[in-house]
Amino acid sequence: MKKYLILLLMGGLVTACKLDNYDPPASELSGRIVYKGEPIGVEYNNVTFELWEPGWGKKGSINVNVDQDGSYATKLFNGDYKLIIPSYQGPFKSIPNAETKSDTIPVQLRGSRTMDIEVIPYYMIRNATFSGGEKKVSAQFSIEKIITDASAKNIEEVALYISKTAFVDVRTNIASQVIKGADLKTMTGIQMQVTVPTITPAQNFVFARVKLKVSGVEDPIFSAIQKVTY
Amino acid sequence: MKKIHYVSFLVLMWVGWSCNDQKFLDKDPTNILTNDKVWQSPNLVLTVLVDLYDRYPEVQSTEKWVEYANFDEAFASSAGEYYRHKNQEYNYDWWNYWDYGYLREMNLFIQKCTEATQLDEASKKRFLAEARYLRASFYFEEVKRMGGVPLILEPLQYDFSGDPTYLQYARAKESEIYDFVIAEMEAIKNDLPSDPNTKSRATKGLALATEARAALYAGSIAKYGVNTPQVTLPGGEVGIEASKATAYFQQSLKASEELIALGQYALYLKKPTDLSDNFASLFTDKSNNAEAIFVKDFKLKSGKTTDWTIINQPRSVAEEQQGGRLNPSLNLVQSFEKLDNTFATYAYTDASGANRYFSNPLELFAGRDARLAGTVILPGSQFKGKTVDIWAGYQLANNTVVSGDNFGARKVLPGKTTEEQVVGFDGPIDGLEFSAQTGFYVRKYQDPTVGSGQLGTRSEVWWIRYRYAEVLLNAAEAAFELGQNAKAAGYMNQVRKRAGFTKDLVAADLTFDRIVHERKVELAFENHILFDMKRWRLAHVVWNGNATDLTTQPGVATETSTRIFGLWPYKVYAPGTDQNGKWIFKKIIPSNVTNPHRFRLGNYYSLINEEIRSNNPKIVKNPNQ
Repeated sequence: MKKYLILLLMGGLVTACKLDNYDPPASELSGRIVYKGEPIGVEYNNVTFELWEPGWGKKGSINVNVDQDGSYATKLFNGDYKLIIPSYQGPFKSIPNAETKSDTIPVQLRGSRTMDIEVIPYYMIRNATFSGGEKKVSAQFSIEKIITDASAKNIEEVALYISKTAFVDVRTNIASQVIKGADLKTMTGIQMQVTVPTITPAQNFVFARVKLKVSGVEDPIFSAIQKVTY
Repeated sequence: MKKIHYVSFLVLMWVGWSCNDQKFLDKDPTNILTNDKVWQSPNLVLTVLVDLYDRYPEVQSTEKWVEYANFDEAFASSAGEYYRHKNQEYNYDWWNYWDYGYLREMNLFIQKCTEATQLDEASKKRFLAEARYLRASFYFEEVKRMGGVPLILEPLQYDFSGDPTYLQYARAKESEIYDFVIAEMEAIKNDLPSDPNTKSRATKGLALATEARAALYAGSIAKYGVNTPQVTLPGGEVGIEASKATAYFQQSLKASEELIALGQYALYLKKPTDLSDNFASLFTDKSNNAEAIFVKDFKLKSGKTTDWTIINQPRSVAEEQQGGRLNPSLNLVQSFEKLDNTFATYAYTDASGANRYFSNPLELFAGRDARLAGTVILPGSQFKGKTVDIWAGYQLANNTVVSGDNFGARKVLPGKTTEEQVVGFDGPIDGLEFSAQTGFYVRKYQDPTVGSGQLGTRSEVWWIRYRYAEVLLNAAEAAFELGQNAKAAGYMNQVRKRAGFTKDLVAADLTFDRIVHERKVELAFENHILFDMKRWRLAHVVWNGNATDLTTQPGVATETSTRIFGLWPYKVYAPGTDQNGKWIFKKIIPSNVTNPHRFRLGNYYSLINEEIRSNNPKIVKNPNQ
């Protein structure tokens, strides 16, 4: 008797899940934040944009995180979404959408889709090259000022960060060199260098990238991350 | 036969029931008090009001010890709380506060009290003023944490029509909430008793102190908000126009000076010969304490007691197998000035970096602001009449260290045959909870009475929300911001004299950094740090996420301080040398402090969660989140 009861219960457990469940979101919206096709590097977990799907009872956005290399990916249900990059997010300004004449970008999702989002950054870091040797990591890069009209902003500081892992910014760096915007002599061929501290456990490589912070904008711009052996 | 019985019984019941008149159903309940009953008796009204007092909101208090460990002031020596030092960022919803249920009850109280006919005029006036005080305090707390919020001054009633839109209020401007708080304090101050011995209920002094604080906050947000232009909203829900700063500072100074002119309050100075002890007693001495203006009181054997001492007592003199949780940081400890009005880090090494030797660990801290030893239990100092046992181990002649991994661990020292104690009964031992992992314990509010550290007894030390020294510092800051430096120095010197400074500051000494610093050391562990750093717009500068070394300029307000440092004393074991038995110090960073703190712009005003914004579309989101 008991045996049957247990069997029955187990059967109940197995089947019960089927009834009230539905498939998880399967369509993937992915892409990059780009300026003229070139991705814009940012801090991880600190730049997000919002997706809104109108027509539901409660209002609330789906927040999508932008990764360090400017890419993003999110799983969604098929539907018509409105994409908004809030003005305080990222080191860039959004371009008014041709269709909506505002910062709202309509997104029709019918199955997975790749979509790059074009924006205008305040600056771009160009031709960043890194080299390592003798316990030092050096970087050379140029800065291009993209926004030059009335809304242009100054450079607060530039910095070279190195990190043990592929997460490289102010939070995770093990060594850095910072140049204040006022002390920046040139915009081309800027050279920076840091000494690599002792790393335990020892590793003969670090990850490096260059940051540019625009004054009055919280999120800095980054170059691509590069693994450097020293 | 049986059936007939049942039927007749049923009929009988029905008849018996229906025969009763209306009175049967209209009985007074015996387990609750009805509105009519309550609003006849001042005693019963007071019980309603007490509940409102009890829900007074705050972030840090002696009942929430761990909230002190969120910034750079203290380390949480408790296994479940290390994450506070591992977090990189503060979530946007930290410190958020949206208690409109509490507000509604205060509005109901005010409405019913106004309508009450059977209360005598005097008590009615006082109750109303007290409820308005609490309501304004609620709005003050909301605006500190969230910015402008919907200003609702009457209990809202839903009509069940299916359309709640008429209940949806938009957020008021940040300045409007501050204006409301200031105006309410002005309106009620003369309805409240002007009695300095009333500490746990609202008084005229309290209304003025609150007004001074609120106006000062508004003034500094207006003035320093220009440094963070992104932390504003176009509707003014966040951010105050710079042009309003002067008026707010004037208002604040006026309120502070009105309170000072009352002459009812004074700085606590019962032990003028030992100013450190005096400063510690200020928080624990409840008899004739002229400094406390508003407190949350506790009473032994009443069910309303506090466990601050149980939680934080030094482990070596503890009355339970616990304590020692809150460890003040070296960042804070080195902020206390030298008695010649200069700032300096601790000289535990000489110019060449070699250790200096001390015959007593307290020597290193000698000649400092008396508030240091009143706020922090230093190595070698006493608590409850016993010397605390804070030392990290033996330093041998060859620079190796012999230490243990438990309180008072024992080992055999080289050249000896028997085991002896090699580490203090208070630690510091890295990663061992309840040990003084920074080398320090907190002293402020720790109850010196016997039994205060026992779970079965607990403590009745009160928690001071407003005190006279803060009023003086508010006056000093407002005067400074108005360019009246001589006056500012005068107020500040009163507080500094009590801390043992013999040389007065003159007008030319006063700087913004001085103002920031004085509040930091006087008001440490008193629920000020977060709101001060926010209103000065310094939080994102000081807690900027950079993993820098400990600053060497403790007097500079903008110095980065994102990680907690400690200072560990060691005994020297080098028989045959002069140094044997002496003390040295080493600066450390606890291994659980793995990440620097980063206060983002979106932390200035906490997140209003999606549920609230979805229910009321008129609520705009705070900036930068």
